[in-house]
Amino acid sequence: MINTADILETIGMIREENLDIRTITMGISLFDCVSDDEARLCQKVYDKITRCAEHLVEIGEDISKDYGIPIVNKRVSITPVSLIGGALTPDGYIRLAQTLDRAAETVGINFIGGYSALVHKGMTSSERNLISVIPEALASTKLVCSSVNVATTKAGINMDAIKLMGSTIKRAAYLTRDDSCMACAKLVVFANVPEDNPFMAGAFCGVGEPDCAINVGVSGPGAVASAIKRAGNCDLSTLSDIIKKTAFKITRVGQLVASEAASRLGVPFGIVDLSLAPTPAIGDSVARILENMGLETCGGCGTTAALAMLNDAVKKGGVMASSHVGGLSGAFIPVSEDEGMIAAAASGALTLERLEAMTSVCSVGIDMVVVPGDTDEAVICGLIADEISIGVANTKTTAVRVIPAYGKKEGDYVNFGGLLGSAPVMKISNLSPVAFIARGGRVPAPIHSLKN
Amino acid sequence: MKKAVITVTGKDSVGIIAKVSTFCTEKNANIVDITQSVMSEYFAMIMLVEIGSLNVKFADFADELEEIGKARGLVISTMHEDIFNTMHHI
Repeated sequence: MINTADILETIGMIREENLDIRTITMGISLFDCVSDDEARLCQKVYDKITRCAEHLVEIGEDISKDYGIPIVNKRVSITPVSLIGGALTPDGYIRLAQTLDRAAETVGINFIGGYSALVHKGMTSSERNLISVIPEALASTKLVCSSVNVATTKAGINMDAIKLMGSTIKRAAYLTRDDSCMACAKLVVFANVPEDNPFMAGAFCGVGEPDCAINVGVSGPGAVASAIKRAGNCDLSTLSDIIKKTAFKITRVGQLVASEAASRLGVPFGIVDLSLAPTPAIGDSVARILENMGLETCGGCGTTAALAMLNDAVKKGGVMASSHVGGLSGAFIPVSEDEGMIAAAASGALTLERLEAMTSVCSVGIDMVVVPGDTDEAVICGLIADEISIGVANTKTTAVRVIPAYGKKEGDYVNFGGLLGSAPVMKISNLSPVAFIARGGRVPAPIHSLKN
Repeated sequence: MKKAVITVTGKDSVGIIAKVSTFCTEKNANIVDITQSVMSEYFAMIMLVEIGSLNVKFADFADELEEIGKARGLVISTMHEDIFNTMHHI
């Protein structure tokens, strides 16, 4: 029989420490839906999504029951729509978004990602059409998530695209000003975007992916925080080992759920994403892990070092637990979705500058950060360019999901509800990069020798 | 044969093993192993049962057991054994 202590440990992790599977995300390729007729394209997209994901929610719930572990979200990621909507007008792209929303509602999933464009080197007219209506599309749908990749380490940074995203984000905030600027919470700007990420809002099904695949994202900050607390006053080598062992166990559950879901749905298993994904619930916070490691408050000196160690240990522990690891795989630090981050930002301990430093050692980036509504468009572009540069220079994924909260000023609160949480409006430097941003063009790809 | 682990924790409650065992018999779940310990007034019982021939859906079996626990102030979890094997054995 299985060891009693092991059984009680597993049950404790689930019941007391909020261990859960954050998401089962089904990646669906839509290349076979391409048509030069808008109505036909929309119909084929709707049919394919509702056919492939018909049993996704039901099977997710069955697996949750069988193993006694919550599976919080069931989602779908699709081929970036700019790759299948070459013939669409801007209005056509809005109708495609509404079609996706309808399909998502029909199958009962929580989000659908892939209203996306990959424009790291340049922009086609199709991509320009799509980006021009992202705010309207997100404002007129509930479940659609959008992302735009503006840079890669190999191609450099498309500053014209960043310029466009600055105005896109501001307009998205304005159009959803009566709904906590919700459109901005569903829109991410990426560098080095992964093609198999199961997490929203940046999930899509990349061009190298199969027709359909199951990708799973685990959670578990609470389990890691508790393990660190139980370890007491040990040195950092021991602490790293404890984090690795906990990450291993968490990821094994992810692997079990992923392979079970893939087999029951009859589609290939893709990857397990090793990310430590927090929620706004007490005891499910990455910031509190850092504090349990010995920091007075997340955001103070030592935060980047602690996070770097945590992130590395999570990967080392997780990578052996899964046959295929992918996606974002690192500790998430979204401000509004993490109870400890919210507290640190509200007390002034966590600044935007510190967050930026933290993103150089973990996934993903400036995530769910609320700034004053009157923040200049060029400043938003500057913030994006800074964050994207960190990803490009370090050959890693970084992203920006920023909410310039319309009508709000520093110190106000914005509540998004659910897992998106709430956040204080953070201070952002208003020193203007307008002339730098206005130059446009491309930042060349960085050199990868002479490292310093 | 597929197996599930039923875990009962909470304050000691007279007749809980009998209650859970009777329920398992009714639902055609064969009890393979059982272990229990009582620390001060706290009670932990772990039961391994075969679920291959259940006469109800596994989800209903687990839900009903949870309700039986709730009625007595106990927490009863019923989980497929694979989750424990996967997490704790390489």
